[in-house]
Amino acid sequence: MKYFYYPGCSLEGTAREYSLATTALLAALGGSIEELPDWNCCGATAAEAVSRLLCLALPARNLALAEKAAPGQDILVPCSACYLNMRRAWDKVCHDPATRRQINQTLEEEGLSVSGSTKVRHLLDVLCLDFGADSVFKKLKRSLAGLVVAPYYGCQCLRPYPVFDDPEAPSCMEPLIRATGAKVHPWSMGAVCCGASHGTTKKEVGLALVGEILDDARGADVIVTVCPMCQMNLEAHQKKISKQRGRDLSISILYLPQLLGMALGLPEKDLGLNLNLGIAPGFMEKLRSPLIKQQENKADAA
Amino acid sequence: MIPKERPFIEPDKFHDLEGVQKMLASCIQCGTCSGSCPNAFAMDVTPRTLWRMVLTGQKEAIFQTRTFILCSSCYSCTLRCPRGLPLTEAMSALKQIASREGLAPYKASTRFYKSFLDSVRRHGKVREGEMMTLYFLSMKNPLLPLQFAPLGLRLMLKGKVGAPFPTRGKRPLESLFNKVMQLENNP
Ligand code: SF4
Ligand code: SF4
Ligand code: SF4
Ligand code: SF4
Repeated sequence: MKYFYYPGCSLEGTAREYSLATTALLAALGGSIEELPDWNCCGATAAEAVSRLLCLALPARNLALAEKAAPGQDILVPCSACYLNMRRAWDKVCHDPATRRQINQTLEEEGLSVSGSTKVRHLLDVLCLDFGADSVFKKLKRSLAGLVVAPYYGCQCLRPYPVFDDPEAPSCMEPLIRATGAKVHPWSMGAVCCGASHGTTKKEVGLALVGEILDDARGADVIVTVCPMCQMNLEAHQKKISKQRGRDLSISILYLPQLLGMALGLPEKDLGLNLNLGIAPGFMEKLRSPLIKQQENKADAA
Repeated sequence: MIPKERPFIEPDKFHDLEGVQKMLASCIQCGTCSGSCPNAFAMDVTPRTLWRMVLTGQKEAIFQTRTFILCSSCYSCTLRCPRGLPLTEAMSALKQIASREGLAPYKASTRFYKSFLDSVRRHGKVREGEMMTLYFLSMKNPLLPLQFAPLGLRLMLKGKVGAPFPTRGKRPLESLFNKVMQLENNP
Protein backbone atom coordinates (compact mmCIF):
# COMPACT_ATOMS: atom_id res chain seq x y z
CA MET A 1 0.00 0.00 0.00
CA LYS A 2 1.35 3.37 -1.05
CA TYR A 3 0.51 6.76 0.44
CA PHE A 4 1.52 10.35 0.23
CA TYR A 5 2.76 11.35 3.66
CA TYR A 6 1.66 14.73 4.97
CA PRO A 7 3.56 15.29 8.22
CA GLY A 8 2.29 18.81 8.96
CA CYS A 9 4.33 21.39 10.82
CA SER A 10 4.04 19.95 14.31
CA LEU A 11 5.57 16.68 13.20
CA GLU A 12 8.59 18.57 11.93
CA GLY A 13 8.97 20.44 15.21
CA THR A 14 7.58 19.64 18.62
CA ALA A 15 6.12 16.29 17.55
CA ARG A 16 9.14 14.86 15.72
CA GLU A 17 8.80 11.59 17.61
CA TYR A 18 5.31 11.10 16.16
CA SER A 19 6.72 11.38 12.66
CA LEU A 20 9.65 9.05 13.41
CA ALA A 21 7.38 6.42 14.94
CA THR A 22 4.78 6.68 12.18
CA THR A 23 7.38 6.22 9.46
CA ALA A 24 9.09 3.37 11.28
CA LEU A 25 5.85 1.56 12.04
CA LEU A 26 4.48 1.80 8.51
CA ALA A 27 7.77 0.52 7.09
CA ALA A 28 7.66 -2.42 9.51
CA LEU A 29 4.09 -3.20 8.51
CA GLY A 30 5.01 -3.15 4.84
CA GLY A 31 3.41 0.16 3.87
CA SER A 32 5.15 2.57 1.57
CA ILE A 33 5.07 6.32 2.07
CA GLU A 34 6.41 9.21 0.13
CA GLU A 35 6.39 12.74 1.55
CA LEU A 36 4.03 15.04 -0.35
CA PRO A 37 6.39 17.33 -2.27
CA ASP A 38 6.24 21.07 -1.45
CA TRP A 39 3.40 20.72 1.06
CA ASN A 40 2.25 23.70 3.10
CA CYS A 41 0.67 24.15 6.53
CA CYS A 42 -3.03 23.43 6.52
CA GLY A 43 -3.83 26.50 8.65
CA ALA A 44 -4.62 24.67 11.89
CA THR A 45 -7.43 26.22 13.87
CA ALA A 46 -6.04 29.68 13.15
CA ALA A 47 -7.23 30.05 9.57
CA GLU A 48 -10.70 28.90 10.56
CA ALA A 49 -10.93 31.66 13.13
CA VAL A 50 -9.88 34.33 10.67
CA SER A 51 -11.14 33.50 7.20
CA ARG A 52 -13.35 30.82 5.76
CA LEU A 53 -11.76 30.81 2.33
CA LEU A 54 -8.19 30.78 3.65
CA CYS A 55 -9.04 27.82 5.86
CA LEU A 56 -10.14 25.91 2.74
CA ALA A 57 -7.52 27.15 0.29
CA LEU A 58 -4.49 26.23 2.42
CA PRO A 59 -5.35 22.53 2.77
CA ALA A 60 -6.75 22.41 -0.78
CA ARG A 61 -3.33 23.33 -2.13
CA ASN A 62 -2.00 20.11 -0.64
CA LEU A 63 -4.80 18.12 -2.24
CA ALA A 64 -3.97 19.74 -5.56
CA LEU A 65 -0.28 18.84 -5.19
CA ALA A 66 -1.19 15.21 -4.54
CA GLU A 67 -3.62 15.06 -7.44
CA LYS A 68 -0.92 16.37 -9.73
CA ALA A 69 1.87 14.09 -8.47
CA ALA A 70 -0.01 10.77 -8.46
CA PRO A 71 -3.74 10.75 -9.14
CA GLY A 72 -5.71 8.41 -6.92
CA GLN A 73 -3.02 7.88 -4.28
CA ASP A 74 -4.34 8.55 -0.76
CA ILE A 75 -2.79 11.15 1.54
CA LEU A 76 -1.91 9.84 4.98
CA VAL A 77 -2.17 12.43 7.77
CA PRO A 78 -1.11 11.73 11.37
CA CYS A 79 -2.17 15.09 12.90
CA SER A 80 -5.90 15.24 13.67
CA ALA A 81 -6.07 18.99 13.15
CA CYS A 82 -4.46 18.75 9.72
CA TYR A 83 -6.67 15.79 8.93
CA LEU A 84 -9.86 17.66 9.74
CA ASN A 85 -8.82 20.69 7.70
CA MET A 86 -7.89 18.61 4.66
CA ARG A 87 -10.96 16.48 4.98
CA ARG A 88 -13.18 19.55 5.19
CA ALA A 89 -11.54 21.08 2.13
CA TRP A 90 -12.02 17.79 0.27
CA ASP A 91 -15.67 17.73 1.34
CA LYS A 92 -16.29 21.26 0.03
CA VAL A 93 -14.43 20.56 -3.19
CA CYS A 94 -16.58 17.50 -3.81
CA HIS A 95 -19.95 18.90 -2.74
CA ASP A 96 -19.91 22.67 -3.17
CA PRO A 97 -19.13 23.74 -6.75
CA ALA A 98 -19.19 27.48 -6.01
CA THR A 99 -16.62 27.08 -3.25
CA ARG A 100 -14.53 24.77 -5.43
CA ARG A 101 -14.38 27.48 -8.06
CA GLN A 102 -13.16 30.02 -5.49
CA ILE A 103 -10.57 27.61 -4.15
CA ASN A 104 -9.28 26.91 -7.63
CA GLN A 105 -8.94 30.64 -8.26
CA THR A 106 -6.56 30.85 -5.31
CA LEU A 107 -4.46 28.02 -6.76
CA GLU A 108 -4.48 29.23 -10.36
CA GLU A 109 -1.38 31.36 -10.26
CA GLU A 110 0.68 28.35 -9.21
CA GLY A 111 -0.80 26.28 -12.02
CA LEU A 112 -2.64 24.00 -9.60
CA SER A 113 -6.22 22.86 -9.39
CA VAL A 114 -8.22 20.47 -7.25
CA SER A 115 -11.01 18.07 -8.25
CA GLY A 116 -11.44 15.88 -5.16
CA SER A 117 -9.93 12.72 -6.65
CA THR A 118 -7.39 12.25 -3.81
CA LYS A 119 -8.65 10.80 -0.52
CA VAL A 120 -7.52 12.11 2.86
CA ARG A 121 -6.84 9.39 5.42
CA HIS A 122 -6.00 9.73 9.10
CA LEU A 123 -3.17 7.50 10.34
CA LEU A 124 -5.61 5.73 12.66
CA ASP A 125 -7.93 5.01 9.72
CA VAL A 126 -5.04 3.50 7.75
CA LEU A 127 -3.78 1.46 10.70
CA CYS A 128 -7.22 0.07 11.48
CA LEU A 129 -8.68 -0.48 8.03
CA ASP A 130 -5.73 -1.02 5.68
CA PHE A 131 -3.45 -2.93 8.07
CA GLY A 132 -5.52 -4.06 11.04
CA ALA A 133 -4.75 -5.70 14.36
CA ASP A 134 -3.83 -8.99 12.66
CA SER A 135 -0.91 -7.47 10.84
CA VAL A 136 0.42 -6.20 14.19
CA PHE A 137 -0.12 -9.55 15.87
CA LYS A 138 1.65 -11.46 13.11
CA LYS A 139 4.78 -9.32 13.46
CA LEU A 140 4.81 -9.18 17.26
CA LYS A 141 8.32 -9.29 18.72
CA ARG A 142 7.52 -8.30 22.27
CA SER A 143 4.47 -8.88 24.39
CA LEU A 144 3.20 -5.83 26.23
CA ALA A 145 1.17 -8.00 28.62
CA GLY A 146 1.15 -6.30 31.98
CA LEU A 147 0.61 -2.85 30.51
CA VAL A 148 -2.73 -1.11 30.83
CA VAL A 149 -3.27 1.32 27.97
CA ALA A 150 -5.83 4.14 27.80
CA PRO A 151 -6.70 4.96 24.18
CA TYR A 152 -7.20 8.68 23.64
CA TYR A 153 -8.84 9.58 20.34
CA GLY A 154 -9.48 13.25 20.95
CA CYS A 155 -12.03 14.77 18.67
CA GLN A 156 -10.97 15.93 15.29
CA CYS A 157 -10.14 12.54 13.82
CA LEU A 158 -13.68 11.41 14.77
CA ARG A 159 -15.84 14.47 14.38
CA PRO A 160 -17.58 15.85 12.46
CA TYR A 161 -16.75 13.32 9.74
CA PRO A 162 -17.48 9.82 11.05
CA VAL A 163 -15.25 7.96 8.61
CA PHE A 164 -13.77 4.96 10.39
CA ASP A 165 -15.26 4.81 13.89
CA ASP A 166 -18.19 5.77 16.07
CA PRO A 167 -17.68 9.49 16.79
CA GLU A 168 -19.32 9.24 20.25
CA ALA A 169 -17.94 5.90 21.45
CA PRO A 170 -14.86 5.07 19.41
CA SER A 171 -13.20 1.68 19.83
CA CYS A 172 -10.96 1.15 16.81
CA MET A 173 -7.72 1.43 18.82
CA GLU A 174 -8.71 -1.42 21.13
CA PRO A 175 -7.96 -4.36 18.80
CA LEU A 176 -4.58 -2.81 17.97
CA ILE A 177 -3.75 -2.47 21.67
CA ARG A 178 -4.95 -5.97 22.51
CA ALA A 179 -2.88 -7.37 19.65
CA THR A 180 0.23 -6.30 21.60
CA GLY A 181 -0.88 -8.26 24.66
CA ALA A 182 -1.69 -5.10 26.62
CA LYS A 183 -4.99 -4.46 28.38
CA VAL A 184 -7.32 -1.60 27.45
CA HIS A 185 -8.09 0.82 30.29
CA PRO A 186 -11.87 1.15 30.66
CA TRP A 187 -12.65 4.85 30.70
CA SER A 188 -15.04 7.42 29.37
CA MET A 189 -12.69 10.24 28.40
CA GLY A 190 -11.25 8.73 25.21
CA ALA A 191 -13.25 10.94 22.87
CA VAL A 192 -13.63 14.01 25.08
CA CYS A 193 -11.88 17.14 23.86
CA CYS A 194 -8.62 18.12 25.55
CA GLY A 195 -9.04 21.82 24.85
CA ALA A 196 -7.02 22.14 21.65
CA SER A 197 -5.17 25.43 21.50
CA HIS A 198 -6.45 26.43 24.94
CA GLY A 199 -3.12 25.03 26.06
CA THR A 200 -1.46 28.18 24.84
CA THR A 201 -4.12 30.86 24.56
CA LYS A 202 -6.52 30.18 27.42
CA LYS A 203 -4.49 28.17 29.82
CA GLU A 204 -6.80 27.78 32.82
CA VAL A 205 -9.58 26.26 30.70
CA GLY A 206 -7.22 23.83 29.01
CA LEU A 207 -5.79 22.73 32.35
CA ALA A 208 -9.24 21.92 33.72
CA LEU A 209 -10.13 19.79 30.69
CA VAL A 210 -6.84 17.93 30.73
CA GLY A 211 -7.23 17.43 34.49
CA GLU A 212 -10.48 15.53 33.94
CA ILE A 213 -8.80 13.29 31.37
CA LEU A 214 -5.76 12.54 33.55
CA ASP A 215 -8.03 11.84 36.51
CA ASP A 216 -10.01 9.25 34.56
CA ALA A 217 -6.79 7.65 33.31
CA ARG A 218 -5.74 6.68 36.85
CA GLY A 219 -5.10 2.96 36.90
CA ALA A 220 -3.60 2.94 33.41
CA ASP A 221 0.16 2.84 32.76
CA VAL A 222 0.03 4.96 29.66
CA ILE A 223 -2.30 7.05 27.51
CA VAL A 224 -1.79 6.69 23.76
CA THR A 225 -2.68 9.51 21.37
CA VAL A 226 -3.00 10.06 17.63
CA CYS A 227 -2.58 13.84 17.48
CA PRO A 228 0.36 16.11 18.35
CA MET A 229 -1.90 18.63 20.04
CA CYS A 230 -3.61 16.06 22.22
CA GLN A 231 -0.18 14.67 23.06
CA MET A 232 1.26 18.05 24.03
CA ASN A 233 -1.77 19.01 26.10
CA LEU A 234 -1.74 15.74 28.01
CA GLU A 235 2.00 15.61 28.67
CA ALA A 236 3.07 19.20 29.18
CA HIS A 237 1.21 20.32 32.30
CA GLN A 238 1.00 17.25 34.50
CA LYS A 239 2.98 18.75 37.38
CA LYS A 240 0.86 21.85 37.55
CA ILE A 241 -2.40 19.89 37.32
CA SER A 242 -1.27 17.45 40.01
CA LYS A 243 -0.55 20.38 42.28
CA GLN A 244 -3.92 21.98 41.54
CA ARG A 245 -5.81 18.77 42.23
CA GLY A 246 -3.75 17.70 45.20
CA ARG A 247 -2.92 14.24 43.84
CA ASP A 248 -0.23 12.78 41.65
CA LEU A 249 -1.64 12.57 38.14
CA SER A 250 1.61 11.99 36.30
CA ILE A 251 1.28 9.31 33.64
CA SER A 252 3.23 8.36 30.55
CA ILE A 253 1.86 9.62 27.25
CA LEU A 254 2.94 7.89 24.04
CA TYR A 255 1.87 8.17 20.45
CA LEU A 256 0.04 5.05 19.33
CA PRO A 257 2.72 4.15 16.73
CA GLN A 258 5.38 4.38 19.46
CA LEU A 259 3.55 1.75 21.50
CA LEU A 260 2.89 -0.47 18.49
CA GLY A 261 6.49 0.01 17.34
CA MET A 262 7.80 -1.25 20.69
CA ALA A 263 5.57 -4.32 20.34
CA LEU A 264 7.09 -4.93 16.91
CA GLY A 265 10.56 -4.75 18.47
CA LEU A 266 11.63 -1.59 16.65
CA PRO A 267 14.63 0.30 18.09
CA GLU A 268 13.65 2.95 20.66
CA LYS A 269 15.63 5.58 18.80
CA ASP A 270 13.68 4.94 15.59
CA LEU A 271 10.50 5.55 17.58
CA GLY A 272 11.81 8.82 19.06
CA LEU A 273 11.13 7.61 22.60
CA ASN A 274 13.91 9.87 23.91
CA LEU A 275 11.91 12.91 22.77
CA ASN A 276 8.72 12.43 24.78
CA LEU A 277 8.10 14.95 27.54
CA GLY A 278 5.88 12.74 29.66
CA ILE A 279 7.34 9.38 30.67
CA ALA A 280 6.62 8.34 34.26
CA PRO A 281 9.40 6.79 36.36
CA GLY A 282 9.59 3.04 35.89
CA PHE A 283 7.51 3.03 32.74
CA MET A 284 10.31 2.44 30.25
CA GLU A 285 11.41 -0.65 32.19
CA LYS A 286 7.91 -2.04 31.86
CA LEU A 287 7.77 -1.20 28.17
CA ARG A 288 11.12 -2.89 27.54
CA SER A 289 9.91 -6.38 28.31
CA PRO A 290 12.22 -8.99 26.74
CA LEU A 291 11.78 -9.77 23.07
CA ILE A 292 9.88 -12.94 22.30
CA LYS A 293 12.05 -15.78 21.00
CA GLN A 294 11.19 -17.00 17.54
CA GLN A 295 9.78 -20.41 18.59
CA GLU A 296 7.62 -19.06 21.40
CA ASN A 297 6.10 -16.68 18.92
CA LYS A 298 5.19 -19.52 16.58
CA ALA A 299 3.80 -21.60 19.40
CA ASP A 300 1.60 -18.68 20.47
CA ALA A 301 0.29 -18.16 16.98
CA ALA A 302 -0.47 -21.84 16.46
CA MET B 1 9.26 43.00 10.21
CA ILE B 2 5.66 42.17 10.87
CA PRO B 3 3.47 42.47 7.78
CA LYS B 4 0.78 45.10 8.13
CA GLU B 5 -2.53 43.72 9.26
CA ARG B 6 -5.23 43.79 6.65
CA PRO B 7 -8.81 42.81 7.32
CA PHE B 8 -10.27 39.71 5.79
CA ILE B 9 -13.79 40.10 4.52
CA GLU B 10 -16.01 37.12 3.98
CA PRO B 11 -17.53 36.86 0.53
CA ASP B 12 -20.35 34.48 1.23
CA LYS B 13 -23.47 34.10 3.28
CA PHE B 14 -21.70 33.62 6.60
CA HIS B 15 -20.32 37.08 6.24
CA ASP B 16 -22.23 38.74 9.06
CA LEU B 17 -24.58 38.07 11.92
CA GLU B 18 -27.44 37.64 9.49
CA GLY B 19 -25.59 34.74 7.95
CA VAL B 20 -25.14 33.13 11.36
CA GLN B 21 -28.82 33.65 12.07
CA LYS B 22 -29.68 31.72 8.92
CA MET B 23 -27.47 28.84 10.03
CA LEU B 24 -29.35 28.64 13.33
CA ALA B 25 -32.84 29.42 12.16
CA SER B 26 -34.40 26.10 13.16
CA CYS B 27 -32.90 25.95 16.69
CA ILE B 28 -35.47 24.64 19.16
CA GLN B 29 -33.54 25.75 22.27
CA CYS B 30 -33.30 22.20 23.59
CA GLY B 31 -29.90 22.75 25.20
CA THR B 32 -28.24 19.62 23.83
CA CYS B 33 -25.36 21.75 22.56
CA SER B 34 -24.70 23.25 26.01
CA GLY B 35 -24.86 19.83 27.61
CA SER B 36 -22.36 18.45 25.08
CA CYS B 37 -19.82 21.23 25.27
CA PRO B 38 -16.62 20.40 27.19
CA ASN B 39 -15.89 24.11 27.55
CA ALA B 40 -19.32 25.14 28.83
CA PHE B 41 -18.06 25.28 32.43
CA ALA B 42 -15.78 28.17 31.51
CA MET B 43 -18.25 30.07 29.35
CA ASP B 44 -20.15 33.03 30.78
CA VAL B 45 -23.08 32.29 28.45
CA THR B 46 -23.98 28.75 27.38
CA PRO B 47 -24.07 27.85 23.67
CA ARG B 48 -27.87 27.51 23.74
CA THR B 49 -28.25 31.01 25.20
CA LEU B 50 -25.73 32.36 22.72
CA TRP B 51 -27.81 30.99 19.86
CA ARG B 52 -30.86 32.74 21.28
CA MET B 53 -28.88 35.97 21.46
CA VAL B 54 -27.85 35.48 17.84
CA LEU B 55 -31.40 34.77 16.73
CA THR B 56 -32.71 37.83 18.52
CA GLY B 57 -29.92 39.93 17.03
CA GLN B 58 -28.27 41.09 20.27
CA LYS B 59 -25.05 41.93 18.48
CA GLU B 60 -23.39 43.93 21.23
CA ALA B 61 -24.10 41.38 23.93
CA ILE B 62 -22.87 38.52 21.74
CA PHE B 63 -19.52 40.17 21.24
CA GLN B 64 -19.02 40.63 24.94
CA THR B 65 -19.26 36.93 25.79
CA ARG B 66 -16.34 34.53 26.05
CA THR B 67 -18.46 31.75 24.61
CA PHE B 68 -17.41 31.46 20.98
CA ILE B 69 -13.79 32.24 21.66
CA LEU B 70 -13.69 29.31 24.10
CA CYS B 71 -14.99 26.92 21.45
CA SER B 72 -12.22 24.44 20.72
CA SER B 73 -13.91 22.98 17.62
CA CYS B 74 -14.53 19.56 19.11
CA TYR B 75 -17.76 19.12 17.08
CA SER B 76 -19.67 17.41 19.90
CA CYS B 77 -22.54 19.87 19.64
CA THR B 78 -22.63 19.66 15.86
CA LEU B 79 -22.83 15.91 16.07
CA ARG B 80 -25.61 15.88 18.63
CA CYS B 81 -27.86 18.82 17.73
CA PRO B 82 -31.26 17.26 17.00
CA ARG B 83 -31.82 19.82 14.24
CA GLY B 84 -28.52 19.00 12.58
CA LEU B 85 -27.31 22.60 12.73
CA PRO B 86 -23.69 23.47 11.81
CA LEU B 87 -22.89 24.79 15.29
CA THR B 88 -19.09 24.59 15.19
CA GLU B 89 -19.17 26.50 11.92
CA ALA B 90 -21.42 29.09 13.56
CA MET B 91 -18.87 29.48 16.39
CA SER B 92 -16.14 29.94 13.76
CA ALA B 93 -18.25 32.50 11.93
CA LEU B 94 -18.50 34.53 15.15
CA LYS B 95 -14.72 34.24 15.64
CA GLN B 96 -14.24 35.47 12.08
CA ILE B 97 -16.45 38.51 12.72
CA ALA B 98 -14.60 39.31 15.94
CA SER B 99 -11.26 38.95 14.21
CA ARG B 100 -12.25 40.99 11.18
CA GLU B 101 -13.62 43.82 13.26
CA GLY B 102 -10.66 43.69 15.63
CA LEU B 103 -12.97 43.65 18.67
CA ALA B 104 -11.08 44.45 21.84
CA PRO B 105 -12.18 41.59 24.13
CA TYR B 106 -10.76 38.99 21.74
CA LYS B 107 -7.43 40.62 21.00
CA ALA B 108 -5.30 37.92 22.55
CA SER B 109 -6.88 35.11 20.55
CA THR B 110 -7.08 37.08 17.34
CA ARG B 111 -3.45 38.08 17.60
CA PHE B 112 -2.38 34.55 18.27
CA TYR B 113 -4.16 33.35 15.14
CA LYS B 114 -2.72 36.15 13.05
CA SER B 115 0.86 35.49 14.20
CA PHE B 116 0.32 31.89 13.27
CA LEU B 117 -0.91 32.77 9.80
CA ASP B 118 1.89 35.30 9.30
CA SER B 119 4.34 32.51 9.91
CA VAL B 120 2.53 30.29 7.40
CA ARG B 121 2.48 33.07 4.87
CA ARG B 122 6.21 33.62 5.20
CA HIS B 123 7.39 30.05 5.04
CA GLY B 124 4.53 27.90 3.84
CA LYS B 125 4.89 26.10 7.14
CA VAL B 126 4.76 27.17 10.74
CA ARG B 127 7.96 27.80 12.59
CA GLU B 128 6.81 27.39 16.11
CA GLY B 129 9.55 29.57 17.60
CA GLU B 130 8.95 32.38 15.18
CA MET B 131 5.22 32.22 15.67
CA MET B 132 5.51 32.82 19.40
CA THR B 133 7.91 35.71 18.84
CA LEU B 134 5.54 37.38 16.41
CA TYR B 135 2.72 36.83 18.84
CA PHE B 136 4.47 38.46 21.77
CA LEU B 137 5.63 41.33 19.60
CA SER B 138 2.08 41.94 18.41
CA MET B 139 0.79 41.83 21.98
CA LYS B 140 3.50 44.36 22.87
CA ASN B 141 3.77 42.70 26.20
CA PRO B 142 7.31 41.59 26.95
CA LEU B 143 6.20 39.99 30.20
CA LEU B 144 3.91 37.54 28.47
CA PRO B 145 6.53 35.07 27.32
CA LEU B 146 7.39 34.37 30.96
CA GLN B 147 4.15 32.47 31.31
CA PHE B 148 5.29 30.15 28.55
CA ALA B 149 8.95 29.98 29.54
CA PRO B 150 8.91 26.69 31.45
CA LEU B 151 7.34 24.71 28.62
CA GLY B 152 9.44 26.51 26.01
CA LEU B 153 12.58 25.64 27.92
CA ARG B 154 11.66 21.97 28.15
CA LEU B 155 10.96 21.88 24.41
CA MET B 156 14.26 23.58 23.69
CA LEU B 157 16.17 21.11 25.83
CA LYS B 158 14.67 18.33 23.72
CA GLY B 159 15.81 20.18 20.60
CA LYS B 160 12.23 20.68 19.54
CA VAL B 161 12.05 24.39 18.83
CA GLY B 162 14.53 26.30 16.76
CA ALA B 163 15.94 29.77 17.34
CA PRO B 164 12.97 32.01 18.00
CA PHE B 165 13.94 34.73 15.51
CA PRO B 166 12.03 35.63 12.37
CA THR B 167 13.98 34.86 9.23
CA ARG B 168 13.49 35.97 5.66
CA GLY B 169 13.16 33.79 2.64
CA LYS B 170 11.03 33.07 -0.34
CA ARG B 171 7.30 33.27 0.21
CA PRO B 172 5.73 30.24 -1.38
CA LEU B 173 2.15 31.06 -0.44
CA GLU B 174 2.10 34.73 -1.41
CA SER B 175 -0.16 34.25 -4.44
CA LEU B 176 -2.63 32.13 -2.49
CA PHE B 177 -2.89 34.62 0.38
CA ASN B 178 -3.23 37.55 -2.02
CA LYS B 179 -5.96 35.87 -4.00
CA VAL B 180 -7.90 34.95 -0.84
CA MET B 181 -7.78 38.56 0.28
CA GLN B 182 -8.79 39.81 -3.13
CA LEU B 183 -11.76 37.43 -3.31
CA GLU B 184 -12.86 38.22 0.21
CA ASN B 185 -12.64 41.97 -0.25
CA ASN B 186 -14.37 42.04 -3.67
CA PRO B 187 -16.86 39.23 -3.73
S1 SF4 C 1 -2.36 22.23 11.71
FE1 SF4 C 1 -0.64 22.21 12.95
S2 SF4 C 1 0.33 20.44 12.56
FE2 SF4 C 1 -1.14 20.70 10.99
S3 SF4 C 1 0.00 21.62 9.35
FE3 SF4 C 1 -0.80 23.20 10.40
S4 SF4 C 1 0.53 23.81 12.03
FE4 SF4 C 1 0.99 22.00 11.20
S1 SF4 D 1 -8.51 16.39 21.59
FE1 SF4 D 1 -7.90 18.42 21.61
S2 SF4 D 1 -6.02 18.56 20.49
FE2 SF4 D 1 -6.89 16.62 20.13
S3 SF4 D 1 -8.01 16.76 18.28
FE3 SF4 D 1 -9.40 17.33 19.90
S4 SF4 D 1 -9.20 19.45 20.23
FE4 SF4 D 1 -7.55 18.73 19.00
S1 SF4 E 1 -28.72 21.47 20.22
FE1 SF4 E 1 -29.36 22.46 18.33
S2 SF4 E 1 -31.53 22.76 18.56
FE2 SF4 E 1 -30.76 22.30 20.58
S3 SF4 E 1 -30.35 24.31 21.50
FE3 SF4 E 1 -28.49 23.64 20.56
S4 SF4 E 1 -28.55 24.52 18.52
FE4 SF4 E 1 -30.60 24.61 19.30
S1 SF4 F 1 -17.64 22.56 18.97
FE1 SF4 F 1 -17.26 24.24 20.31
S2 SF4 F 1 -19.24 24.84 21.08
FE2 SF4 F 1 -19.48 22.85 20.18
S3 SF4 F 1 -19.25 21.47 21.87
FE3 SF4 F 1 -17.25 21.69 20.97
S4 SF4 F 1 -16.26 23.33 22.07
FE4 SF4 F 1 -18.44 23.41 22.54
